[in-house]
Amino acid sequence: MTLLRVEQVDVHYGDFQALFGVSLSVAEGETLAVIGANGAGKSTLLKTVAGLLHPTRGEVIFDGRAVGRLPAYRRVSLGIAMAPEGRRLFPGLTVEENLQMGTVRARGGPWDLPAVYTLFPHLADLRRRTAATLSGGEQQAVAIGRALMANPRLLLLDEVSLGLAPMIVRDLYAALPQVTARGTTALVVEQDVQRALRVADRVQCLLEGHTVLEELAGSVSREQVAAAYFGI
Amino acid sequence: MNVPAPVRADLHGARSGTPVRVRRGTAASYVGGVALAAVVVALGFGPYLVSRGAQVQLVLLFTYVLMGTMWNLLAGYGGMVSVGQQAFIGIGGYGLVYLADIVGVSPFVAVPLAALVCGGLAWLASFLVFRLVGGYFAIGTWVVAEVVRLLTIQVDTVGAGSGISLRAWSVYTPVYRIAYVYWLSLVAMVVAVLAVYLLMRSRVGLGLTAVRDEPTAASSLGVQVTRAKRIVFVVAAIGCGLAGGVIASNTLRVQPDSIFSVSYSAIMIFIVVIGGIGTIEGPILGAVVFYVLEQQLADLGAWYLIILGAVAILFTVTLPRGLWGLVTRGRLRLFPVGYELRR
Amino acid sequence: MTYVNAVVQGVLLGGLYALLASGLSLMFGVMRLVNLAHGALAVLAAYGAYEVVRVAGWHPLLALAVVVPAMAALGYALQRLVLNRALEIGPLSPLLATFGLAIVVESLLLERFSADTRALDIGALGTASVRLSERVSVGLLPLLTFAVGVTAVAGLQWYLFRTRGGRTMRATSEDHEAAQLMGVDDRHVYAVATATALALVAVAGVFLGMRTTFAPTAGAATLLFAFEAVVIGGLGSLWGTLAGGMVLGVAQLVGAAVSPGYGILTGHVVFLLVLAFRPRGLMPRAVTA
Repeated sequence: MTLLRVEQVDVHYGDFQALFGVSLSVAEGETLAVIGANGAGKSTLLKTVAGLLHPTRGEVIFDGRAVGRLPAYRRVSLGIAMAPEGRRLFPGLTVEENLQMGTVRARGGPWDLPAVYTLFPHLADLRRRTAATLSGGEQQAVAIGRALMANPRLLLLDEVSLGLAPMIVRDLYAALPQVTARGTTALVVEQDVQRALRVADRVQCLLEGHTVLEELAGSVSREQVAAAYFGI
Repeated sequence: MNVPAPVRADLHGARSGTPVRVRRGTAASYVGGVALAAVVVALGFGPYLVSRGAQVQLVLLFTYVLMGTMWNLLAGYGGMVSVGQQAFIGIGGYGLVYLADIVGVSPFVAVPLAALVCGGLAWLASFLVFRLVGGYFAIGTWVVAEVVRLLTIQVDTVGAGSGISLRAWSVYTPVYRIAYVYWLSLVAMVVAVLAVYLLMRSRVGLGLTAVRDEPTAASSLGVQVTRAKRIVFVVAAIGCGLAGGVIASNTLRVQPDSIFSVSYSAIMIFIVVIGGIGTIEGPILGAVVFYVLEQQLADLGAWYLIILGAVAILFTVTLPRGLWGLVTRGRLRLFPVGYELRR
Repeated sequence: MTYVNAVVQGVLLGGLYALLASGLSLMFGVMRLVNLAHGALAVLAAYGAYEVVRVAGWHPLLALAVVVPAMAALGYALQRLVLNRALEIGPLSPLLATFGLAIVVESLLLERFSADTRALDIGALGTASVRLSERVSVGLLPLLTFAVGVTAVAGLQWYLFRTRGGRTMRATSEDHEAAQLMGVDDRHVYAVATATALALVAVAGVFLGMRTTFAPTAGAATLLFAFEAVVIGGLGSLWGTLAGGMVLGVAQLVGAAVSPGYGILTGHVVFLLVLAFRPRGLMPRAVTA
């Protein structure tokens, strides 16, 4: 069944329009990757789903409920959690405190501190370290873990690969199947197209605020993706 | 899926090759400027046209414009909220008393001279208070004002705690004294407003606007942030020093608790918040509104301040651009300090 | 010996200043908001206690039970109705709004109570004393005030670093948008911070009223002392604020021992010296985010 449906949303930053009638749908349990160049509107779309932005037109429907007007903090208890662009850990808090922040509005579920430390074993050694002192890869793991602590039905991952070495990115994404295996739906925004195709069931490409491609990850060719990505 | 056609920016418009012009004034500003000049000239004839009582009242209004303009320079253009400008008002007043009564300089010279002293002291103080920012800077300026007040109370030459009368003007008969003070205050106000206007039109002003909006970016572009702020701080102190000299000349007495009172800061804040922060026209409008309100509400005692304070809070959160911003919606500029691109 | 006594009294006074400053520090730490009405609100609390004492006949310490919750509620409402909006508008707006508030509070007090100084009748507490040594004895009230001040600072530290609510508050202060993504209503968290700050100010105000006479115009000086304690101690450190308060208290009372009119001025001068030569304060902590 469809867990998330974004219907023809327009999103503005003040006078600037970032999304033009974008639609999207994700079935429960599947992983959808949204790709596109810088400025295409991928993060804007994710923020709209998370509730940091509100559509000026169109609707966001989560589990049959219209949530477009709902502020971000009210969506967590519904089952939406995000690892935001740039990680955005709380710099003065320790790793463990950051993870615990994920439980503020947590629903019941399998993800707790031991589970997250099992998923990302190196974090257990870092639990008392202040977040600001961590490397990019370590921060990204904490950000994902923090989102998981809310036991979401829909996990939003915004630009996990940003600023990270490929090997680190590979290791981070290696954890994703362990998350989706438990039935969690994932909406992943990525600039790294290869990574996105490898990790997702379906892929959607945005260009300048419009959807230009929507395909099964397995059946789309490199040429098709490149054409959509660059708008040629 | 429709791929949108790539958009090509066309800088030259339909008629290619048409250059873009930068314009600084608008029709409204030229008309407004002429009108304001006419008003100033008319005001200049004040002593011949209105009673002595009215002149004293107008001096009060002129000082409100002067103080509001200075506070707006600090906060609206410099981004610095000061709650301590009364330090310079007091030094201006006491400076006038000291230079004119004790040293023997003519009051016409003593007033601007005392104001310049304020500027010098502000320059020195800036090295201290600039170590604080934002709200803590505001309180820091208050501390400086308090220190000045407490130090003044220790000085017996100028009357210590009870203050002292200003006698330098008594060489003139009241008719002439009031007229001279009137013209002095009118000149001070006009000079102050023009100075702020010219400062904001200059490169320093442009840098300040950048700093106000985005200090880090401005600094990375080479805008000397601290230097610009220091200039603003010094100019504002000079302006407040002038105001202090005028106020002392109008009341003929200086007293620590009144001339160093934080209520001057309250007045300045009110004028700018009501009139409109960040524009030159705003404080002028605010000063007029404040003056009228003060006359109307004078009988209410403490309720006058309660209403004023409540209105200030209301304006801050609901009408942050003040009355001038409300009326003109940020479009009208009688004192244009910006740049406009025209084809 | 007067100077030794002044130092001891000054240290105890530091507890009161720390209590006073903790609310100011909290609001700045959580929201980058400097509440210019802080002093006026302390005076409001003193008058609140005065009224409770007058109407109910209670001892001022008991009046805390009424004044503290009332001020906390006021703080919550103030933040939600006015200051949250001001924070969104720009960096100057909260300063202007709280300055306006200071004027409103002071003027309301003037209107209701006139400019006469008042005092809280504390009965035996005013004269009870504890002998520390042959030559030094301290009043029970200053000792109690100091203990309350230290408890407040310790309590606040404990709340912020050892509880869930405090953790949420710290997180919200560092990145309120990320906190929203965790399900935190940041507007509510800010309001709780202000409620807590005003509760602390209420306690401080009542103890201030018990210690000395007060008038509606006392708000300004109160704000300045709280601020100086914070800056001398170092931004971002509550224990630093206690240290700063003690330095300020000692400076003021030693100065007053030299000559009665010099007390407050000495405090200001010490503050300016710290600002000039050790601008980060005595025990600064890096202010994160």
